[in-house]
Amino acid sequence: MLKQLEGSRAVAEAVALCRPEVICAYPISPQTHIVEALGELVAQGAVGRCEFINVESEFAAMSVAIGASSAGARAYTATASQGLLFMAEALFNASGLGLPIVMTVANRAIGAPINIWNDHTDSMSQRDCGWIQLFAETNQEALDLHIQAFRLAEELSLPVMVCMDGFILTHAYERVDMPTQQQVDAYLPPFEPRQILDPKEPVSIGAMVGPEAFTEVRYFAHAKQMQALELIPGWADEFRRAFGRESGGLLHTYRIEDADTVVVALGSVLGTIKDTVDEMRARGARIGVLGITCFRPWPRDAVQQALARAKRVIVLEKSLAVGIGGIVSTNVRTTCDVPIYTVIAGLGGRPITRASLAKVFGAASLDHTTFLDLDRPLVEKVLKREKELRRSGPRAEQILKEKHGVPAR
Amino acid sequence: MAFQPVKYYQTGTFTVGNRLLPPETRSVQANMRRTNSLNSGHRACQGCGEALGARYAIDAAMEATQRQLVAANATGCLEVFSTPYPETSWQIPWIHSLFGNTAAVATGIAAALKAKGKNDVRVIAQGGDGGTTDIGFGCLSGMFERNDDVLYICYDNEAYMNTGVQRSSATPPAARTATTSVGNKFGQGKNVPAIAIAHGIPYVATATIAHLRDLEAKVRRAMEFRGARYIHIYVSCPLGWGHASDQSVRIARLAKETGIFPVFEVEHGEVVSVAKIRKQLPVEEYLKPQKRFAHLFSPKVNSEAISRIQEMADRNIRKFGLLDA
Repeated sequence: MLKQLEGSRAVAEAVALCRPEVICAYPISPQTHIVEALGELVAQGAVGRCEFINVESEFAAMSVAIGASSAGARAYTATASQGLLFMAEALFNASGLGLPIVMTVANRAIGAPINIWNDHTDSMSQRDCGWIQLFAETNQEALDLHIQAFRLAEELSLPVMVCMDGFILTHAYERVDMPTQQQVDAYLPPFEPRQILDPKEPVSIGAMVGPEAFTEVRYFAHAKQMQALELIPGWADEFRRAFGRESGGLLHTYRIEDADTVVVALGSVLGTIKDTVDEMRARGARIGVLGITCFRPWPRDAVQQALARAKRVIVLEKSLAVGIGGIVSTNVRTTCDVPIYTVIAGLGGRPITRASLAKVFGAASLDHTTFLDLDRPLVEKVLKREKELRRSGPRAEQILKEKHGVPAR
Repeated sequence: MAFQPVKYYQTGTFTVGNRLLPPETRSVQANMRRTNSLNSGHRACQGCGEALGARYAIDAAMEATQRQLVAANATGCLEVFSTPYPETSWQIPWIHSLFGNTAAVATGIAAALKAKGKNDVRVIAQGGDGGTTDIGFGCLSGMFERNDDVLYICYDNEAYMNTGVQRSSATPPAARTATTSVGNKFGQGKNVPAIAIAHGIPYVATATIAHLRDLEAKVRRAMEFRGARYIHIYVSCPLGWGHASDQSVRIARLAKETGIFPVFEVEHGEVVSVAKIRKQLPVEEYLKPQKRFAHLFSPKVNSEAISRIQEMADRNIRKFGLLDA
């Protein structure tokens, strides 16, 4: 059914259609509208037998989900930014215990300085925590990925993070096609784990494992996650047949068939990139786009195939690994030998414009790492002054003062 | 046949042997059908108070729930000594997740059981003092505040024993630990049973491993309530406290008889019972057998510290009316 909905509302309704049994909620911008909507849906009885728990922290949210999932309930939560970091310990625990929890991450920057706007630093910081990470390009895909995520999680006994750009998607009203309960029920079978906490069959879960078996346990986690690479394309096909639209899969390509330059990116910025590419193509550039939907596990073969013809790859990423540069780029470098350039863009919600993109994509030569629209004179001025002072001190305030012309003390 | 006099071994004590009681009032541990929830073969130290407390508490809870019990366990001694891979001592469904999230994990289990309509299955969360009064305190308070249907049991041995006896917020003043080498400072303390009461939860109790019938009765009583419940059990630690491993129960008895550890029971915010001190003993009797307090007595007696500890004990006695006039 076609609806005009806010992204958060669309995701909440999709999650409700997946019949979660325990939802734990702790508010953090820009995730709030998702859990608010779910709280309302549960209270209205639209989710069936479901416990909605207002917890006291994100650490508790993930821990409640761990308890619920290990007792056999389909568990869901949502978070963003600092909240994702606050639950970091529990994220590793959930994946280590093989619990198929599904969580939305409404992608947002990490402080300090505190910043509530969108980038991918939060989920990128947790890329190695053993969760599958799927990135949505549109609200429709965000909605659809949640339905696929529960199935994927429960099939592989692994938790899944569905990442959607904070504000850009979560707060955008768009047309979405909301599936029916019958459609979702047909696609997503009930949650039937092999082992749960049950007095009828007492088991001990979470025992200590020493050096004699730890490597094998970790290898197993890796092997299970890699299985997702085989399952996801087939399930995306099945999803297309059942729901009548393309959603999910490992990656999406756009006009790469004859492209010399391929731009790699994740999430909602792909829309702007495609528009830019169309404009550049109209002027004769041979440029295409590779959108990564499944970032963990890393779809190495599929990326390799997609980049096989490329002479130059530009990775546009909304996160920064301080001290090295690009995170997605580091992953892309495992797949091809052509020159790969990193463009760091959109940090802390800075708009990524077609004009800026066209400039960087069309540049004759690129640095190893480019910061899109960086105010270079400003940072160089502050860097120079800091070098003279040779003392530790606040950084963000220095830059703000300089930017707004407040004299330095 | 020569006349054989009947010997009442426990004459002169206040303990009544199980054999003198009718079967229905005997302890859970005296029952042949006890569940041995924490089975033998685990790797706790000799004289471990936590193992003793957990065995009594969980078996009592098992009996009270007709064996419909699930437990969540914090990281710590109890977790480590009971589940060295691939073995387990637990005869009940049991999960260890993290150090600081046990109350929340238990909340999740309780929520799942409710969503599944399994209302007969009950949930226990358990941890040491570190996992309860320090790192797990946020989750504990959240669980209390929401009044989730969980019985949380804290086995308090007054320091981080699993990592090698470091100070926790439950470490008493003057006690020597690996991180308080000159003795713990006199702070304001962190009275978690009182904090639990302040949450207004239906049931809060303290108990010791020297008063095991009392402990069993409190666990049984706790299981009669729905909502958040808290039992704080004083468990001696021969290794961490530096006393002989056959003295664990005696030390716990001394903690109660000196007023150091008040044993009481609170329902809906009202004190409903206190374990009276039979014969008040000076705190020195409690402090002296433990090496963690040895610096209070040698090379010279620190009478100021001892009298401050005595004042604390006296305050407990007055506050809870532990002595009959």
